[in-house]
Amino acid sequence: MFDQQREAVLRVEDLSIIYRTKRGDVKATSRVSFDLRPGEALALIGESGSGKTTISLALIRKLPKNAVVTSGNITYRRDDSVQDLLKLSNRQLRAFRWKDCAMVFQGAQNAFNPVLKIRRQFEDTAQSHGWTDKTAIRERALNLLELVRLDPERVYDSYPHELSGGMKQRTLLALGVLLNPQIVILDEPTTALDILTQRAIIDVLNDMQRQLHFSIIFISHDLSLAAEMADTVATVYAGEIVEIGPVNDIFYRSLHPYTYGLLTSVPTLEHMQDHLQSIPGSPPNLIDPPAGCKFHPRCAFATDACHKDSPPLALDIGTHPAACWHKDRLLESRKEPV
Amino acid sequence: MPQPILELKQVYRSFKRGREVIPVLQDINFSVNKLEFLCLVGESGCGKTTTGKIICDLLPPSSGAIEFEGVDIAALRGADYKRFRRSVQIIHQDPYASLNPTHTVYDMLSYPLLTHGLGNGRRGVRQRVQELMDLVDLTPVEDFIDKYPHQLSGGQRQRVSIARALTTEPSLIVADESVSMVDVSIRIGLLQMMMDLRDRLGVTIVFITHDLALAKYFAWEGRIGVMYLGRLVELGRTQEIIRNPQHPYTKVLLSAIPEPDPEKTRSKEHIQLRSEDIPRLTELPPGCSFHPRCPWYVEGVCDDVVPQLVSLAGADSESEVACIPLERGQELVLHDA
Repeated sequence: MFDQQREAVLRVEDLSIIYRTKRGDVKATSRVSFDLRPGEALALIGESGSGKTTISLALIRKLPKNAVVTSGNITYRRDDSVQDLLKLSNRQLRAFRWKDCAMVFQGAQNAFNPVLKIRRQFEDTAQSHGWTDKTAIRERALNLLELVRLDPERVYDSYPHELSGGMKQRTLLALGVLLNPQIVILDEPTTALDILTQRAIIDVLNDMQRQLHFSIIFISHDLSLAAEMADTVATVYAGEIVEIGPVNDIFYRSLHPYTYGLLTSVPTLEHMQDHLQSIPGSPPNLIDPPAGCKFHPRCAFATDACHKDSPPLALDIGTHPAACWHKDRLLESRKEPV
Repeated sequence: MPQPILELKQVYRSFKRGREVIPVLQDINFSVNKLEFLCLVGESGCGKTTTGKIICDLLPPSSGAIEFEGVDIAALRGADYKRFRRSVQIIHQDPYASLNPTHTVYDMLSYPLLTHGLGNGRRGVRQRVQELMDLVDLTPVEDFIDKYPHQLSGGQRQRVSIARALTTEPSLIVADESVSMVDVSIRIGLLQMMMDLRDRLGVTIVFITHDLALAKYFAWEGRIGVMYLGRLVELGRTQEIIRNPQHPYTKVLLSAIPEPDPEKTRSKEHIQLRSEDIPRLTELPPGCSFHPRCPWYVEGVCDDVVPQLVSLAGADSESEVACIPLERGQELVLHDA
């Protein structure tokens, strides 16, 4: 469990990002704010096109060329030094990536260079960050490979094609934390993996986090993964965080109709659900998003207020912040928790 | 006794790659009753999609027989075969790949009608297309009928796929991962629509998925067949399989699935596999294919005899299971991971 009281390693404030395209500006991320504390696992949950990947790319400054940050700042803290990530020079950025913050992309099994042994890929990474002692690198790498439950000696001297998809994924996690970053960003870490491989990855991530104490931001559309791994869950809809709070509050006491809608649209093994239903409609076009609350065209609680004004992400009713004008009506409407 | 609409008898299928022979399906036996909810589940490479294609005769079996309404489909010729092809349709997984990007919704829904001579003149065809679009809630029809796939969302495309499968008034539809590629928030709506179509049109649906929770929801009143590396390892009533799984693979699978409920999922007990490596289909282990990973493996038995799908005598489950120790009534002993 992470420490609520400690100062955030990462603070995102009022971050807005647009993509300039021929058809107009895509408002991919709007006024996003959150804190990430040491050892915390934060899940960004949302559907495809909700802007969750854009947020994470901004954190490592890897946005595509047509992206423009129109507002906000991202503060990163290591020990007593504080940096504004949006103002780092290229040299500072190269040091920041991997050493301070590592990202494992979706479908990352293909991230390895197929003609180099795993060992070379660990060494190259370490050396480009100024670490040259090969014995020490090897020792650290073997420890990490063991931590991800692989046969360290064998994997270290293998070529990528000699490893299965699940093994590659775990090797990549080990490589990701080689330089002991404070933050690890995982984009859909279990998507496209088989159930039993997914289970192994989840268990390994939990082990790693317990031993290495890094903070995790993971991006997923999979609510079960968030339920299993996250301390804090943020629901992302149409580029905005519409609800954020401790995992139990989000799952048992959700305050936003979208989060609640997601929860009631997923079948589970445990419960018998006769009340499952989809959210009507589909996510909005972000070139020309609806006025007011962006969820209002799909929302059963929408009123005139929702058409006109966008609700703030506020902590007024309930246990945690949510952006909705009608939290009281949502709470009233649900007789029992999901 | 309900009449089976479809029966697979000792179906094998292998593919050749160079000199290698890859056994993708081995000894598949099951039947589907009229209007039954049957779901095939398994991980990638278990042969579930190949089974689906074989049912539709998009792929012939290497050996074995497929009987549709009591007749071996390999013996069908001419008009009889054409009638079979009309009666059995498939909905593919990927609505981005399965729709021709240069055809409008109208084109895609009218071609099968014209091919099979089902429309009654141009006006009749158009009317039928509109009916089909109504059925799958692509309404108002005028807004969609002249659209190309790229102008539709994923969910809308999949509705077109479903409508296309319905054009020939089939009695059996194979739905292969048909909701896996659409967003979570609309997945269940599509599934409910398919279940509703079954009631309204009398179509039997064989649903293929890797998602056991989805299978449970779809086939709660029906049956689930669990596949592993080309074989059926457990087949039985859904409620029984979910509550009281028998085969070790089914048990491990159910224990591994995370749930969208923080307290439940964190207190769930996970059964550890002996090994996480999935054997290649070209190098299948002797005996039961699951034995190198099975936490209840019995040496000298599981690595020796290939288990058949059988009902267990004296077990508290009616499911058919392919596991020698269970078949012999042995008590399973968990190995330490």
